[in-house]
Formats: sequence, C-alpha cells, structure tokens
Amino acid sequence: MILPHKTQTAQAAIAQVHSGDTVMVGGFGVPGTPFTLIRELVRQGQSDLTIIKNDANETGMGVDHLLANGQVTRLITTHIGLNPRAIALMNEGKLEVEFCAQGILAERVRAGGAGLKAIATDIAIDTELGIGKPRIAIDGQEAMVETALRADVALLHADRADPFGNLVFAATARNFNPLMAMAASCVIAEAETVLPTGQLDPNSMHTPGPFVDHVVALGALSQEYAVVRR
Amino acid sequence: MSDAKRRMVARAARDIAPGMVVNLGIGLPTQVIAHLASDFPVCLHTENGLSGVGPVLPYERADRNLIDAGGAYVSTVPGSAYFDSAVSFALVRSGRLDLTMLGAFEVSQHGDLANWKIPGKFSPGAGGGIELAQKARRVVVLTTHVDRKGAPKLKAECTLPLTAHACVSRVFTDMAVIDVTPTGFALRELAQGANLDQVVAATGAPLAVPEGDIPIF
Repeated sequence: MILPHKTQTAQAAIAQVHSGDTVMVGGFGVPGTPFTLIRELVRQGQSDLTIIKNDANETGMGVDHLLANGQVTRLITTHIGLNPRAIALMNEGKLEVEFCAQGILAERVRAGGAGLKAIATDIAIDTELGIGKPRIAIDGQEAMVETALRADVALLHADRADPFGNLVFAATARNFNPLMAMAASCVIAEAETVLPTGQLDPNSMHTPGPFVDHVVALGALSQEYAVVRR
Repeated sequence: MSDAKRRMVARAARDIAPGMVVNLGIGLPTQVIAHLASDFPVCLHTENGLSGVGPVLPYERADRNLIDAGGAYVSTVPGSAYFDSAVSFALVRSGRLDLTMLGAFEVSQHGDLANWKIPGKFSPGAGGGIELAQKARRVVVLTTHVDRKGAPKLKAECTLPLTAHACVSRVFTDMAVIDVTPTGFALRELAQGANLDQVVAATGAPLAVPEGDIPIF
C-alpha cells in the first residue's frame, strides 16, 4: 500500500479557485503567508472573492496584491492596521470588512473544520462586534453565537510537506495554517521543501495529509518571504 | 523614547511577579521586555503562537518565521513552544494568562478600555486585544497620561468604542501609577518631576490622593 501523491503546479492548483469563492489564506504577517499561491491567484485574476485571513499583509505584499487588483469583495479579518490600502478601500465602501476577535476567528475556522455549525462565547459580547449576533443562555450566563466558517479553497504555506500532503509548519508561521487546513473543500499547500513520503516523522505532523488536496513545491523563495526591514 | 516613558516602562516591569505568564501588547508594553533580567523566571506569550518569547533580534540575525504579534523579530528561550492560533487563545481565554500589559486610547474610571478604533479616522481592528483585555487575570495599561493634543486619556467615561468593559486594574503613565478601584481612580505613585496638581489636572476624572508621602518612581 502506498499513499497517493498530490503534487501539483501552482498554476493547476490555483485553477481550482473560481470567481465568487470564499478563500481562506494562512499567515500572520509574513510568516505562514502563501505568497507564491497568492501571486498565481493574482495572475489568473479570479474576482469577487471573499478572503478570510488574520490580517491584510502590508503594502505590496501578499493579500495586498489581490486588493490592488480589485479581486476582493469581502474580507473577514482581525487586524488590517499595516495595510493602508485595505483601510482606505473599507472607508470608501469598496471593500466589505468583517472584523472578528482573533481567537474567535481561529475557533470559527476550527469549528468549520470540525464539522460544527457555530461556537458560543462571551468574547466581545458587549462591544460593537457583538451587535446583531444571536444570544443564548448557558448555565444562566449570556453567550453569543458565532457561526462556523468554511471556505471553498484554503491557501496554506508549509515549511515541509510530503507528496501525500502531510504538513509541518515553521515557528510562528504555523498560526492559522493548520486550522484552515481543516476548513475548506479544496486545500492547497505550498511547501518550501517536499520530502519523499515516509521521511517526515509521524509524531511531528502538524496537519495530516487527508485534509490536503494539492501540494505545490516552491523553488527559490521570492523577496516577499524575507525579513522585512521596517 | 523620552526619560519619562523609559521610567514608566521600567516601573511597569517591576509589577511582573516571578512565575507569571505574561502577554505584552503592541507598542510601549513590548518595551517592558528590555527591563526583565535574563535570569528572571517569567514566561512571555505572544498571540501569534509562541510561549517563551525571547529578546528582539537585529535584522541580520532575525529568523523570517519568528515574529511577535507586533511584527518584531523575536527569539526563543530554552523551553519555548510554538502553537497555532486556536491554542494560543485557548491559553488566554481559559485563565492561563496571569497578566497582560496593553496600550490605550482611553481608560475610564470603571476600568473600561478603548484601544482599537477611532471612528472615521483609524479602524485597524482589535486583533487579539479583546480576548487579552477580557480574559487575562490581570490587565494593566501603559500609556502617556494625555494625548498629543494634551487631552486626558484617563476619563470618567470612554467616548470611543470599547475593547472590553471594566477590565483594567492599573494604569502606568509618564506621570503616575494609578489604580482603578471600586470608587474610581486612585493615585499610587508619582513620576519623577511630576507634581500632584499637574497629575490631578491631567486626569479626566476624580483622582483619590493618598494621605502623606507619595512614592516616586
């Protein structure tokens, strides 16, 4: 018995994205952002996308290219303070932004990945982010229902992978990647190194292969992946 | 950084007790790390997925995959652990975070905190701030006493959208250390060079002043 191979070119993998799709994108700032897959999505030009990502990267990086290219209609995020274009588009009414508390975004994604419909929480219950969300009582205390999130496609960045799609993330590049790996119908992971199946330690996998549909091996990394000197 | 700000940050660092798990928010709070001795037993947490945050590294020694939530290139210490964003906030929401130090636009006399949105001007989103403010076992704020126009940041009521209600226990400023008590703001310490009348005037709500000598930091 051998495990199936899922290696694919970025071009063929990103062709799975359709206009109007909801796309989860891993990463917290630079670490864990799949810059190569995003570049290919910009090149192919699918539009009317809903992007779910912790942040909007910075000017000239990652998700910012999608915004600049007019491909994004809606953004579900926690913080866009480092991307003036995202703030400007939001203020001009050209980009719909849904802010979410960071750990609640993580749990909404995880719930979607776990086949659940929603979570209940008291986080942000008496703030602006709680307006209009359904309330329930649990043990006599008020909680707020936050719906689970799923996507058509998830774009991830791994440090190492094997052809079956087992993934290992590096340092703080893990962040939302393993959660989004569970929460999309089509999961595409770019990986800095693709090792032959069997060479990653089964005890050390962060994302098990069955969640992943396509593995894209990266060549030399572009400047976007490098240390940012601010 | 001005001397007054440096003294404020150093004073805040002295409120970290041995053994704590601590999250230092973006901005001034992050500077607190510079005032912790290398042999001081504390675990710093950053919400993008690291416990055991070590000192910030110069760019030439930075690991492109190792940042804190503010984007600074940090390091690890012996015993550090990486985890995903769900685990990171499980740690926060379940009560494992002993202390968070946050920045503020406004703090009310009830301990309400506003630090994420100035409607129409600046709305970057709250990131992990809401959970830190709502669920850390102790929340303290580091801020200048007044804003750039000289208006008090400690107020009777917040006017900006709140991050969390009644969460702040203590405020460190460039002029004073002030506690939030059930009856409002209470002065605990004065900064070097700040006098009592100035502090009272720069505070936008009643300030209880202790009898006798006020400690200086």
